[in-house]
Amino acid sequence: MVDAAIIITPPSVAVSAVQPRGAKPKARFSGSNIMLYGTLFVVSVYYLLPLWVMVMTSLKGMPEIRMGNIFAPPVEITFQPWVKAWSEACTGLNCDGLSRGFWNSVWITVPSVIISIIVASVNGYALVNWRFKGSEVFFTILIFGSFIPYQIMLYPIVILLRELGIYGTLYGLILVHTIFGMPILTLLFRNYFSSLPEELFKAARVDGAGFWRIYFQIMVPMSLPIFVVALILQITGIWNDFLFGVVFTKPETYPMTVQLNNIVNSVQGVKEYNVNMAATLLTGLVPLIIYFVSGKLFVRGIAAGAVKG
Amino acid sequence: MNSLNQTATQAAAETTAVQTHSIQVKELTLSFGSVSVLKNMNIDVAEGEFIVLLGPSGCGKSTLLNCLAGLLDITDGEIWIKGKNVTWAEPSERGIGMVFQSYALYPQMTVRGNLSFGLKNARMPKDEIEKRIARAAEILQIEALLDRKPAALSGGQRQRVAIGRALVRDVDVFLFDEPLSNLDAKLRSELRVEIKRLHSRLNNTMVYVTHDQIEALTLADRIAVMRGGIIQQLAAPQEIYNRPSNLFVAGFIGSPSMNFLHGATIEGGGAFQFGRTRVNLAGYEGGAVLDRPRAILGLRPEHLHIQDHAEPGLTIPAVVEIDEPMGADSLVWLEAEGGLKMSVRVPVERRMAAGTEVHLKVDIPKASIFDTGTEQRV
Repeated sequence: MVDAAIIITPPSVAVSAVQPRGAKPKARFSGSNIMLYGTLFVVSVYYLLPLWVMVMTSLKGMPEIRMGNIFAPPVEITFQPWVKAWSEACTGLNCDGLSRGFWNSVWITVPSVIISIIVASVNGYALVNWRFKGSEVFFTILIFGSFIPYQIMLYPIVILLRELGIYGTLYGLILVHTIFGMPILTLLFRNYFSSLPEELFKAARVDGAGFWRIYFQIMVPMSLPIFVVALILQITGIWNDFLFGVVFTKPETYPMTVQLNNIVNSVQGVKEYNVNMAATLLTGLVPLIIYFVSGKLFVRGIAAGAVKG
Repeated sequence: MNSLNQTATQAAAETTAVQTHSIQVKELTLSFGSVSVLKNMNIDVAEGEFIVLLGPSGCGKSTLLNCLAGLLDITDGEIWIKGKNVTWAEPSERGIGMVFQSYALYPQMTVRGNLSFGLKNARMPKDEIEKRIARAAEILQIEALLDRKPAALSGGQRQRVAIGRALVRDVDVFLFDEPLSNLDAKLRSELRVEIKRLHSRLNNTMVYVTHDQIEALTLADRIAVMRGGIIQQLAAPQEIYNRPSNLFVAGFIGSPSMNFLHGATIEGGGAFQFGRTRVNLAGYEGGAVLDRPRAILGLRPEHLHIQDHAEPGLTIPAVVEIDEPMGADSLVWLEAEGGLKMSVRVPVERRMAAGTEVHLKVDIPKASIFDTGTEQRV
């Protein structure tokens, strides 16, 4: 009976064609493939074209730009616009280019990234593993904070910073960035830590480890991906910030984005497109480098931490 | 102040009184809000005893273990370990070692690092740590694995390391939270024997949580069968198997489970009436059966014997449905009066054809009778 059931196959198939064997063959030029790759190509050109124009323009001299062919590569490559953008371009007040803004941005970004990640990771860890009375309420309020539009909070924060005596200083901006990073980072870390097995935490407690020892020796070593995610989010977020930078600092302490805006928008005679392009590229360089260096870890961390939990 | 003194004297009195108790749980209650998870528990565990907490998932057995370990704060009651009130003590101060279901090895540390973590936290001198690790590694035969990371270990090896982590702490009480559930069947039975060997070698008190009744029956000195945060019965495995204290324990322990015949006890407790069948209860080992209009006769599959002739008052007529040979023996499923399904264990050589009419002789001294209302054994 069993044998009969297996042999029932249409005789035409069994006799005529070659029996299929091995990997299933795939058509290379099928309609769906052409559509897929065609669409991808068009979309990537669409996104890359502005970058192309920027890079090319920044490498041209002004006479060549005036000829108007914005897509053409430079006939004569010059790095003068880059040098000018970095150290000579004029804003309304001074003429030392973007360099001042760059260093301001570094002094703002580095401390606020480090402080916000440290505090938020400890927050997330405590919210998951050391639940206290009202911890859920605390978390809800924290998350709710991220839904209030920044514009509403601008003026109160100006007053707060003034009262603290740090309005217009880098410290003030660092404080603001650290606080505004809290909700999303805490959420990120909380979700990641709650995806780690709870029994590890219990085992560490039986082993006599306390709050900080468990945090540093058990939790942090297992959480590299989420720290990378937080790092990228914070560096790009704070580096690219314009609103807080322009509101909470003074001209000497303007971050790079505000400096860029001032260079591009100050009108003194001819508009130097090549310098503007170079300045913009310089400003965008830091987030770009961060993405290229840690993109892989970023994706892995997002998948590990943000989806689960 | 007064009450404090009182507690102190009380504590002193207890210390002298309970030397032979390793763990004492007194009126332990645990509630989360209005949900009470553990209800007024009392357990005394003797020194060197192997206690198994057994029950279906959600019965509170792991929760109780976590309370003993100090990983959960209890709502009311007291926990004493080694004559010390540890109700409010930190897990590391309780003199316990714990083994988890998921092994819970620290992934970034080597086996040696895992074993020494707790000892380093206790600021133990280096040579003492080395000595203890060497001893544990020797007992568990993991010497060759000491410099590997947990990821490079098999499931069985990981669980050994997890046991080792409890072992190096040199504690009196071991807590096991379903340690074998993540292993495959073969490894599970191997490690089960190994845990038993470990217990007889170390003679520690062990509290072992499982939902696997084979583990419970093979390992335990005493089993606590739990349901809904209440201990249903706390007794030796044989006692639990042969004289389950209520219907739940009877149905939960034993595979295939006990046959339950719903009927009534008559003649002042001398017989059991089930449909038209009457079973004589002479020789029943239990309390006063009395006349109960609704009662249940519980019979294990191996306490029924198939024969072809009827003996009034001693046998139950039934018809064979199927038989399942299981290797060592064979399980015959029958249908008795009123469509009741029953199972009987027979030697594997004895094949039963479907539709055969047989009579099941009842082994009354091994039977259990339950009151349908209270579900308690009588």
